[in-house]
Amino acid sequence: MFFKKRFTAVLLASTLAAGFLAGCGSEGAGGDSKDSDVIKIGANLELSGPVASYGQGIAEGMELAVDEINKAGGVDGKEIKITKVDNKSDGPEATNAAIKLTENDKVTAIIGSATSGNTVAQAQVANGAKTILLSPSGTSPNVTVNDDGSVNEYVFRTSFIDPFQGRVAANFAIDELSAKNVAIYADNASDYAKGLAASFKETVEKAGGKVVAEESYVAKDTDFRSTLTRIKSAKPEFIFIPGYYEEVGLIVKQAREMGIDVPLMGADGWDSPKLVELAGADALNNTFITNHYSAGDPDEKIQTFVTKFGEKYSGKSPDAFNALGYDSVYLLVDAMKRAGDTSDATKIKDALAETKDLSLVTGIVTVDEDHNPIKSATVLEYKDGEQVFKSKVNP
Amino acid sequence: MEWVQQLVNGISLGSIYALIALGYTMVYGIIKLINFAHGEIFMIGAFVGFYAISGWGLGFFPALLLAMTVCALFGVIIERVAYRRLRNATRIAALITAIGISLLIQYVVIYFRGAQPEAYPNVLSNRSFDFFGAQISSQSLMILCTSIALMILLQFIVHKTKIGKAMRAVSHDMDAARLMGINVNTTISATFAIGSALAGAAGVFFGVYYTKIEPLMGVIPGLKAFVAAVLGGIGIIPGAMVGGLLLGVVETVVSALGYSLWRDAAAFIILILILLFKPSGIFGKNAREKV
Repeated sequence: MFFKKRFTAVLLASTLAAGFLAGCGSEGAGGDSKDSDVIKIGANLELSGPVASYGQGIAEGMELAVDEINKAGGVDGKEIKITKVDNKSDGPEATNAAIKLTENDKVTAIIGSATSGNTVAQAQVANGAKTILLSPSGTSPNVTVNDDGSVNEYVFRTSFIDPFQGRVAANFAIDELSAKNVAIYADNASDYAKGLAASFKETVEKAGGKVVAEESYVAKDTDFRSTLTRIKSAKPEFIFIPGYYEEVGLIVKQAREMGIDVPLMGADGWDSPKLVELAGADALNNTFITNHYSAGDPDEKIQTFVTKFGEKYSGKSPDAFNALGYDSVYLLVDAMKRAGDTSDATKIKDALAETKDLSLVTGIVTVDEDHNPIKSATVLEYKDGEQVFKSKVNP
Repeated sequence: MEWVQQLVNGISLGSIYALIALGYTMVYGIIKLINFAHGEIFMIGAFVGFYAISGWGLGFFPALLLAMTVCALFGVIIERVAYRRLRNATRIAALITAIGISLLIQYVVIYFRGAQPEAYPNVLSNRSFDFFGAQISSQSLMILCTSIALMILLQFIVHKTKIGKAMRAVSHDMDAARLMGINVNTTISATFAIGSALAGAAGVFFGVYYTKIEPLMGVIPGLKAFVAAVLGGIGIIPGAMVGGLLLGVVETVVSALGYSLWRDAAAFIILILILLFKPSGIFGKNAREKV
């Protein structure tokens, strides 16, 4: 492992250096100004790498929204032009991509990235270049708020935040499943999972429930049987497993094999077709997730979106990332319209911060003082490998 | 009953380590090289099995045999291309080459198929039955039985066959063996072939038992198997088996006590302790019989 670390460090250093040099070199080169007849929006997304399915989903949603807007005459008579950059699901690459988009392409706003980590990696660049950064699905609180409590002026998001998902899961367990004794099994290596676990625990205890077991695992583990045995002997009525689908798939499978048949619940990190392949459709019965949206939601706005998406992408049913990518474009365009300006990022960011009761596919959005949207969450249940709409929870 | 279940968990985990450790120990026994690419052969085996089952629709046993054959060939090629010309070089040079080969295989696989994980198809029925209140799955039982059977087979090859005798001779003194008319190159190739075939088998078992396979899956099991081999006494076949099972049980006990985040650390603390106090391992004697 020692050798590996060193190798990665050298690689990291050289990538950073390369990015820095590229940033410097382009300073004189980028000639075109921000005032032209197109609106330039950058997309800094995970188009390849481990979470490529997230980034590709967002890109599809964005393209549908841009098509619609351009067909309807654009914004202020200007067409939207998207410049897509692949950050390879990697933090340093996301920083490089942000430098390229702000320095070379002179975009007004960047939409991206899919994960909180990759968004945080470009927050400084965006703030420095006075360019709006809008994360479609980065749910960690520190995307918009720094460690010292100050708000990143130019950084916004379309999704709700982790503590909210944790609260929704806790209320669902206690009110709808009437569970009293719950267990938590969280990914210790991710801030996302730890944030969810903390808010879940707090809400459960406030509501009079009891956390009988609190265990953690590390990403890339494959054997969870011993910890699951420990959890099983604590006899919980409900297990909350915040984490990503790669490990969660195995945890669900191994838990069911060991005879743990209580309801299991997670959050949007579970949302991937791979989860069903890894865990198996049977094992996933009686599991729930909180998510941004559901294609099965009877809401009229959602059903229109599902139809339009299916027409563009040969019958495919849109997932949450598709919906968030789509909504991100509309959130931004709404702010541009209210600001009365399509290229001045400073005016647009003020308008974004004042967004109120904007009706989007993933809910009715009001942006709060920390640049986080206040919006509803959806609870889904897995039935024979399919996500079925269960209920909608308002903040 | 929780403890019976934990013991069962530990033994299932340990038998995978043991299967990989057998190959490690054989290669070390004969050319004193810690073949860090062994974990990657394990990964290749898992992927060959996966494509054979889901792509060509082969059954479990044909896929297992195919994976073992491909891995045996692969191991021989690695030895021929990378290690043979370094046979008289310093041991650190060979070790660095092994790490290089390991990284090369990982990233070539990522280059060609991406880093995303793959879910193994369900080819073996998995029933669990009750044993003193613990759930034992038929798959884990099968992995344990296969590891033991392969270990017995290996012992037989090493001690009762001609090629085994040649292996022991080469491991004892390469030059003297050559003078006695033993073809050293063939013998070393055979050792790599057998060791790599075992890693390939372990890869397929791992895929079936744990479902998820990905290009970097060989790193941690490879390192753990290395610890297991050292624990049992590197170069000694029953040592690899016992070391693997013991390591699996120790890791499980650490998790069972609620220190699941310390599980990997525990494995490597064992490695350090063994190297400090009994470098020859549990089964190590002063005059060791190697292979």
